[in-house]
Amino acid sequence: MLAALEQNLETSASHPAISVRNVSVRFGEGRGEVTALSDVSLDIPEGGFVTMLGPSGCGKSTLLRAIADLVPTSGGDISVLGRSPRQAREGRDFAFVFQDATLLPWRSVIDNVRLPIEVGKKNGASFDDPHKLLAMVGLAGREDALPHELSGGMRQRVAIARALVTRPRILLMDEPFGALDEITRDKLNEELLRIWQETGTTIVFVTHSIPEAAFLGQHVLMLKAHPGRVKDFMKVDFPSGRSLAIRDTVEFITVTARLRTMLEECL
Amino acid sequence: MTDALSNPVTSNVEPNEGFIHRFGEGLQRSLPVILTAGGLLIVWQVGVTVFNVPTFMAPSPTAIAVALYENAGTLWRNVQPTMLEAALGFVFGNLFAILLAIWFVHSPTAEQAVYPLAVFVKAIPIIALAPILVLIFGNGLTPKIIIAALICFFPTLVNMVQGLKSASPAMLDLMRVLSASPNEILWKVRIPASLPFLFAALRIAATSCVMGAIVAEWIGSTYGLGALIIDATFNFRSALLYATVVIAALLAVLLFSLVSLAESRIVRWKPAASE
Ligand SMILES: Nc1ncnc2c1ncn2[C@@H]1O[C@H](COP(=O)(O)OP(=O)(O)OP(=O)(O)O)[C@@H](O)[C@H]1O
Ligand SMILES: [Mg+2]
Repeated sequence: MLAALEQNLETSASHPAISVRNVSVRFGEGRGEVTALSDVSLDIPEGGFVTMLGPSGCGKSTLLRAIADLVPTSGGDISVLGRSPRQAREGRDFAFVFQDATLLPWRSVIDNVRLPIEVGKKNGASFDDPHKLLAMVGLAGREDALPHELSGGMRQRVAIARALVTRPRILLMDEPFGALDEITRDKLNEELLRIWQETGTTIVFVTHSIPEAAFLGQHVLMLKAHPGRVKDFMKVDFPSGRSLAIRDTVEFITVTARLRTMLEECL
Repeated sequence: MTDALSNPVTSNVEPNEGFIHRFGEGLQRSLPVILTAGGLLIVWQVGVTVFNVPTFMAPSPTAIAVALYENAGTLWRNVQPTMLEAALGFVFGNLFAILLAIWFVHSPTAEQAVYPLAVFVKAIPIIALAPILVLIFGNGLTPKIIIAALICFFPTLVNMVQGLKSASPAMLDLMRVLSASPNEILWKVRIPASLPFLFAALRIAATSCVMGAIVAEWIGSTYGLGALIIDATFNFRSALLYATVVIAALLAVLLFSLVSLAESRIVRWKPAASE
């Protein structure tokens, strides 16, 4: 019976939060046409943490933006929690974290976190407490600061708190820590894992860093360029759990070495 | 705009202490300019006396001071209409420019259709327009307000359009992910982002609207600083002429300071260049 229960959990856990079917995205027309994505299919499991790696210009941002209804697809289907990207966007199913924190510079930290509460259709949505979220990302006491008074890492934390305020079921992150130094990045990686475990949010996370992709992702999605296609969807498992210390273990280094080889093949 | 105003100015210095502190600091900062101005006045005074320059060409600073004192009543009577015209011209010209800019940003067709006309208006020499407006609207306040407004209008339109478009693509993406309405994007992103651009234009407008009002008063007006300038010139009342110019400059400086004060209260953030 236990086995049956486990099986049950297994199937419900593998029900995809995001399902991408034969999607292609083209920019421009005629001679200037660029095929950013060609026939991409993949499933992102609900509650999963998927990191996305690939050479520059292979369409990682485009894929994430297509899921977020920021870029129209030229073919294929995307379903987000069983709905179209547009419906999902309007229903606040996902939040997006950009590479630069994209805070509104004239708003205080707390007012930036409140922004999603103030705009858009509310239709009875429930929100998380902005103060609590700021405390969760370690910024209690900085509520009234203006963005230019914060460091880059702090600004990115504010952006994460802002993304979480709508209690999204999916978090789409496009190189959120790309501009940060390594120590700050490590710290935010650990915090993000903690937030993921606490909230059960599905996370899709684009990065250029192989160790970051291996450390965070339960799966690593590898894209190859010209045109953008799925190269591999690799499961990453560390039975000993994920703390920064695992990065010096043989298992971890084996994974990163495999990812590096794969990435080189994509070029 | 309400968005930017909603943050009260906070200061961790005691109000009283803060004022004295700021006053001292301000004095220190403006000391060089005070000394330079004082020096120039002394050179002027000495030059006029030593070289025996006739008063109708260049009165000495003391003569101008005397004229300011003796004609205080006349000057005060005439500065009022000019100030009113300049202020109303400032308000209407800028308001119209701001509304037009908002319309342009909402409708690219409107921009294509109307922007060239605005450029044409800009190309008309305002001084040449003044007599026409006086013919149409008579000798009242209206033509002067219109000219002051026209002078303010174009720089503000250009800056405001640029300011409304200065919101970064990432900010607009963010608002789209949040399914914000065009109205919300306007009030929460575009207008706050435009304020530094707007104030740059308003500072220019603050001085040019005074000029517009004065130029308009040259055409057959019987009141205002412009009329006083014409009158003093034709009667060879050189000291009064200079005194009027000083008052006109003070009026412009007053408006400029008001705009700067408003800007320092409203625009407290640094542009997102560092991000
Ligand atoms: N708005 C756009 N208009 C035209 N072409 C675009 C646009 N956005 C992306 N592209 C093109 O699509 C391709 C994929 O771009 P994308 O930004 O998705 O790559 P990426 O994998 O995110 O790269 P990076 O790792 O450098 O961020 C590139 O060739 C790019 O030039
Ligand atoms: Mg990218």
